[in-house]
Amino acid sequence: MRKYLAFFRLRFSMGLQYRAAALSGVITQFAWGVMEILMFRAFYRADAEAFPMTFQATASYVWMQQAFLALFMVWMMENEIFNSITDGNIAYELCRPVDIYNMWFARSLANRLSRAVLRCMPILVVTIFLPAPYGLMRPVSFSAFLLFLLTLFLGLWVTAAFCMLIYMTCFFTISPMGVRMVATSVVEFFSGAVIPLPFFPDGFRQVAALLPFASMQNVPLRIYSGDLAGKEMWQAVSLQIFWLFALTFIGKLLNTLAMKKVTVQGG
Amino acid sequence: MITMQHVCKTYKVSKRDAGFSSAFKALFHKEYEYIHALDDVSFTISDGEMVGYIGPNGAGKSSTIKILSGILTPEQGTCLVNGMTPWKNRIAYVKNIGVVFGQRTQLWWDVPVMDSFELLKEIYRIDTPSYRRTLTELTEMLGLSSLLQMPVRQLSLGQRMRCEIAASLLHDPEILFLDEPTIGLDAVSKLAVRDFIKKRNQEKNTTVILTTHDMQDIEALTDRVILIGKGSILLDGTIEDIKTGFESTEEALAAFYRSHHI
Amino acid sequence: MRLYGKYFVIHLKSVMVYKTSFLLTCIGQFLVSFNVFLGVYFMFQRFHVVEGFTYNEALLCFGITLMEFSLAETFARGFDLFSYIVNKGEFDRILVRPRNEILQVLGSRMEFSRIGRIFQAIVMFAYGFAVSDVSWNLLKILTVILMILGGSVVFGGLFLIYASICFFTTEGLEFMNIFTDGAREYGKYPVCIYGKRVLQLCTFMVPYALIQYYPLLYLLDRGKAYYSLLPVVACLFLLPCLLLWKLGVRHYTSSGS
Repeated sequence: MRKYLAFFRLRFSMGLQYRAAALSGVITQFAWGVMEILMFRAFYRADAEAFPMTFQATASYVWMQQAFLALFMVWMMENEIFNSITDGNIAYELCRPVDIYNMWFARSLANRLSRAVLRCMPILVVTIFLPAPYGLMRPVSFSAFLLFLLTLFLGLWVTAAFCMLIYMTCFFTISPMGVRMVATSVVEFFSGAVIPLPFFPDGFRQVAALLPFASMQNVPLRIYSGDLAGKEMWQAVSLQIFWLFALTFIGKLLNTLAMKKVTVQGG
Repeated sequence: MITMQHVCKTYKVSKRDAGFSSAFKALFHKEYEYIHALDDVSFTISDGEMVGYIGPNGAGKSSTIKILSGILTPEQGTCLVNGMTPWKNRIAYVKNIGVVFGQRTQLWWDVPVMDSFELLKEIYRIDTPSYRRTLTELTEMLGLSSLLQMPVRQLSLGQRMRCEIAASLLHDPEILFLDEPTIGLDAVSKLAVRDFIKKRNQEKNTTVILTTHDMQDIEALTDRVILIGKGSILLDGTIEDIKTGFESTEEALAAFYRSHHI
Repeated sequence: MRLYGKYFVIHLKSVMVYKTSFLLTCIGQFLVSFNVFLGVYFMFQRFHVVEGFTYNEALLCFGITLMEFSLAETFARGFDLFSYIVNKGEFDRILVRPRNEILQVLGSRMEFSRIGRIFQAIVMFAYGFAVSDVSWNLLKILTVILMILGGSVVFGGLFLIYASICFFTTEGLEFMNIFTDGAREYGKYPVCIYGKRVLQLCTFMVPYALIQYYPLLYLLDRGKAYYSLLPVVACLFLLPCLLLWKLGVRHYTSSGS
């Protein structure tokens, strides 16, 4: 465990080094959030009845999404890992007495957390003071807030575990870039990064809610604003836990297969 | 004719220490330090001369080459190459120079070498008869005939370097800058490259300035060496000047560096 | 121009070496933006109309914006990847050649795989074109062409700004995404839906509205005739971009890194 902690620390301090990058990232995310909310406002004005969430909850969803972008965005995968797989540098990693899956997983978590920690604070602090329907609302209740924190972590874990699947597939495909691009866009859409899940049409929405992608940002962000509550909420949390185990299991399995392939065929 | 007089160049770089706490500190405060890459450098090189420009890593070699090829503007000093100041009127100036960066390629990776050459013909606006003449010449001297139709990615490093040198000479420049042209090459390719540079210098009277870490390059090619360390010229003479009393040039050079604390 | 042609041919040849990979990337490009399209489709399923624009009209708008952006990305890719070009020392090579730097950077990269996205843009536009009840005439078709050209120029200018900043720092340039990727993302709807303030910014600061919203109004018979010429005005945006570029090159040659 200690060696994974060391990887974690190293990644974290590397992430901290890029001050200008963090500042610039925060500004970017503000701008995206503003545009996103203005867009929803236009649709809200067009037909408030058809709006599936309260406007306030939508705005909070958008701001939370921007604040914790680094936790959930699948496209933020590590080029270093991709490169080490495609150019065969993976051989070096195999020389170290660590489990590849655990190491990469620790690394991804650290990367995402370090970025998010730096970037979420300014966004959260500013948006909570924005005027009522446009700003970040206060959590509906203390218990909802606790559950939000818990599911945030579960969601991060599911996201990272899914990314591991993508890394692992790269051992078996000729076009890692292609796999990555397609996987990214599928995840983005079904996780609610393009539009939140409640905006999906009926039928489609119910199916999407069962997929692992719905266990990423969708759950914590909607619990926070009270949009997801009651029985439906507990279902969502259980699904998160299910997918967490399922994805980790599949990932480990692929890892074993990949290692066999590397050691037998020489990469 | 190349003259450099009292040229100075300083860089500003940010300091960065290792470790968690200093990384955190750097979030709020950055420190800079100034590095004198070139400190009052002067020399003259006449037409048709071949000069080895040597020094340890970070001594200011590549800054000098960059200034001479018009990429870098020094903050002090003058520099005249065939009557022109390199960093003024870039486009007119660079027509007369050829540059080989040993560690980078200027050829297009996925297409035959010939295609890269054709593109360079267009870039330098070389007229067809002289292009043909130069190409035939270079092909013969560097033994490229079997390589021209091959895509660059299939060439060995030595083959690629030969093509690289040819690419830098297609427009028949009067001055050639070679930045570590033999780096990473096997013995045969090294000899071929050296041989070619020597011939080119003798037959065409091309002025050649060569940076390298390979002392055999220097011994084989140049009579004159300019040795630079910490931004100043430490020696302008022949390799024999420092070699006396040592078995090999490498040892002599290492001892020389030590005596100057670099 | 002849030199640019040569560059073009070399890129085409390079692409042909990896046909399968190229095809896959094209498909990937198509899928990535299909995502956004699906979002638009779902929103209109629910709301039908936004700020007086119907689904078909929004598709016209989205198609044109996507095409403008993708064209700029195909041909000005060298500026988009400029931090890489500087870091790898490729710009040094460009400086030792007797040709204009901008032309050489443009020639150094062309990203033909964006055809996947251009293709999607064309499909969307064609669909919007077919189902919307806009009466088409020669002048309107000319307006569309002006929009696409003007838009590519504006996006090209933005890439040029990005590249110019790379001369000073390669850290923290993420905010430029607001103006490039952000404009592509949010340009899927007519600029006016984001409110008056945004419309003003997009008219006078970065002229997105001049290549999207105003000429679109003209196409839909809701705007004045001179709106059709605004994309030409938008091209003036290139002037400050070029100035910044000159400054950047000067900084590069004096700092050398």
